[in-house]
Amino acid sequence: MNPEKAPASDPGAIEESRLQRLEIDLAARWPVGIFIGSSLVWLILGSLLAIAASIKLHDPAFLSENPWLTFGRVRPAHLNIVAYGWLSTAGIGIGLWILSRLCRAPIRDNRSLTLAAVLWNMGNAVGSWGILRGDSTAVEWLEYPTYAAPFLLVSFAFVMLESVGLIRRRPPGHIYISQWYIMAAFFWFPCLYFTAHGLLVLAPVQAPAQPPINWWFAHNALGLWFTPIGLGAAYYLIPKIIGRPIHSYYLSVIGFWSLAFFYAWNGMHHLIGGPFPAWLITASVVASIMMFIPVITVAINHHFTMVGHFKKTISSPALRFVVFGAMCYTLASFQGSTMAIRSLNGITHFTHYTIAHAHLGAYGFASMVFFGSIYYIMPRLLEREWPSRFLIRVHFWSCAIGFICYFVFLSWGGILQGLEMNQKETPFLEIVALTMPYLKLRTVSGSLMTLGHLAFFVSFFWMIASHRASIGEPTLFTKRIPDPDPIP
Amino acid sequence: MTKFRFIFIGFMLTFLSSWVGLVLMPVWGLGNFKQTADPKTGEMIPPTLSSLEEEGRSVYIANGCIYCHSQQVHPARVRTDIARGWGERRTVARDYMNQEVVQMGTMRTGPDLSNIGVRNPSETWHLLHLYDPQITSKGSNMPPFPFLFETRKKDPENPAPNALNLPPGFGPGDEFEVIPSEEMVALVAYLQSLKLSSYEIPEAPAARIESFAE
Repeated sequence: MNPEKAPASDPGAIEESRLQRLEIDLAARWPVGIFIGSSLVWLILGSLLAIAASIKLHDPAFLSENPWLTFGRVRPAHLNIVAYGWLSTAGIGIGLWILSRLCRAPIRDNRSLTLAAVLWNMGNAVGSWGILRGDSTAVEWLEYPTYAAPFLLVSFAFVMLESVGLIRRRPPGHIYISQWYIMAAFFWFPCLYFTAHGLLVLAPVQAPAQPPINWWFAHNALGLWFTPIGLGAAYYLIPKIIGRPIHSYYLSVIGFWSLAFFYAWNGMHHLIGGPFPAWLITASVVASIMMFIPVITVAINHHFTMVGHFKKTISSPALRFVVFGAMCYTLASFQGSTMAIRSLNGITHFTHYTIAHAHLGAYGFASMVFFGSIYYIMPRLLEREWPSRFLIRVHFWSCAIGFICYFVFLSWGGILQGLEMNQKETPFLEIVALTMPYLKLRTVSGSLMTLGHLAFFVSFFWMIASHRASIGEPTLFTKRIPDPDPIP
Repeated sequence: MTKFRFIFIGFMLTFLSSWVGLVLMPVWGLGNFKQTADPKTGEMIPPTLSSLEEEGRSVYIANGCIYCHSQQVHPARVRTDIARGWGERRTVARDYMNQEVVQMGTMRTGPDLSNIGVRNPSETWHLLHLYDPQITSKGSNMPPFPFLFETRKKDPENPAPNALNLPPGFGPGDEFEVIPSEEMVALVAYLQSLKLSSYEIPEAPAARIESFAE
């Protein structure tokens, strides 16, 4: 099931396939380039806001004079900017490019898609400005005020139209699993956003019904939007880079349908113990446990495809990021299922443990896979190579080490916080004092992650700015290619 | 699989199932509560918020209090909410019916505020706490909100009656006085109105039993 497998024996066919790929990349250059490039600007902004919010949690007087920079605005601004500015913007670009390659159809209307990219960025700019000036909706994951929503939805309509066009123009035959995931994500996300924004912000339903809709949306923003794009990208890139088909076609199908069904039902585990009917919460607890099915099938497929080829992560930056991300996906999902179990949720709910878990999914998995995808896509899109292997190395190690520290410290602090919160004798301020060292360590690890992002940012815009044509040889971690296969 | 249309119909149907279960059913089941009369006083409960309290909730929303404070009391089976005095019973759905945008929250960097109006009704305490949490709760990591107060030169002849009585070591000094802004007054009124699980709505007795189940 190797995507885009060209008949290897016929030189004419190989040349034709190469020209087709060039045509596809040329058509995608502007829209995909703008989506990916602008996502990096949001990544940096989101990281700076994250550091500010993190410092405020152990040094509350930090930047507290200005209402625009109070914790309760900086934190949602961080979340929305990384979710819609970084992950979604990069996700749309990556999704469109992979779809276009897998459909073997160039993007036809790259003008409207370029407009979509501009509108999407305007939506994010207006929305995050709105949060900071005090117009946040305080609906978690949906803080962008209503005046940002039309930009996002109109932009997304263009993306959906083009994606349908790509699917319709594909040559007849097999549809690869990445196409399923990406198409599904492109349809699920607007349905999620439209429903939740309408029922929670535009014309709010009565208050007791709001949290279920809120967490149906917020959990699915990860589960039915970032996850399918990330999985689609990993399913595309792992076999492409190591040059062998995925482990099992049938498992990938089971993985897709079980994810589509169970993930959508997951969100209510954020409401365990709250004022809701038991069936509602139980439905989500069951669905969360059932997530073992899609996660195990995807884990088998990703990791077993890699078996025997791990040495390629020594040389290929794209592969190293994607494999790191795929491993985090497995971990995040296993952890998420256990966190839905009522007794464990009794410790972890309301604590920093949940924040650490959210970062394992959104950062360890989605962001790392997107980094890898961008390393793979950009040289093809621009016909240029990455300018510096040193910067890529800084990017990977800062982010990987920074993130592992972030996750370990914050989870540990969260468990202590949860255990103490369940001791009625422990005064609340003692719990605050107990979490302090972990909150400080979080600022340190988060700063390390931001250093990696800066290296990525410099690397990316250096590549754009340099007029040097392709040197013909990919920028790999090792100078000598350790394998006779051509490694992209 | 070679026909995209079947995949499309399939993944939209799985999505629709969750839409029906987790959006439509909650709207039907939890979206139509009515006030009831208090068995003792005959007043309608849970009470409707005053316009000042509504305004205070906008300040609460704009400044993101929800990111550290929950507004939900959990049953005693798992958590110590009730033992900590955060409410005398768990909160039930009807308790929230007059909150236009619910602020139930998912994080407890700070304590739960469901019944802060009962637990701490003092306006003075709230004003000092919001001006600088270190005054009332040393070691707290809650941010101060100086921008919701006005600091101005004190007229020694005619000091403002609503100026904060700050303890030594806090505030801008003796020559100045600190006055709560209108937004701050509204915010404190909203906090004082938070008595979510303190009303005798019909579900209250059952909620109370469940609160002490084990």
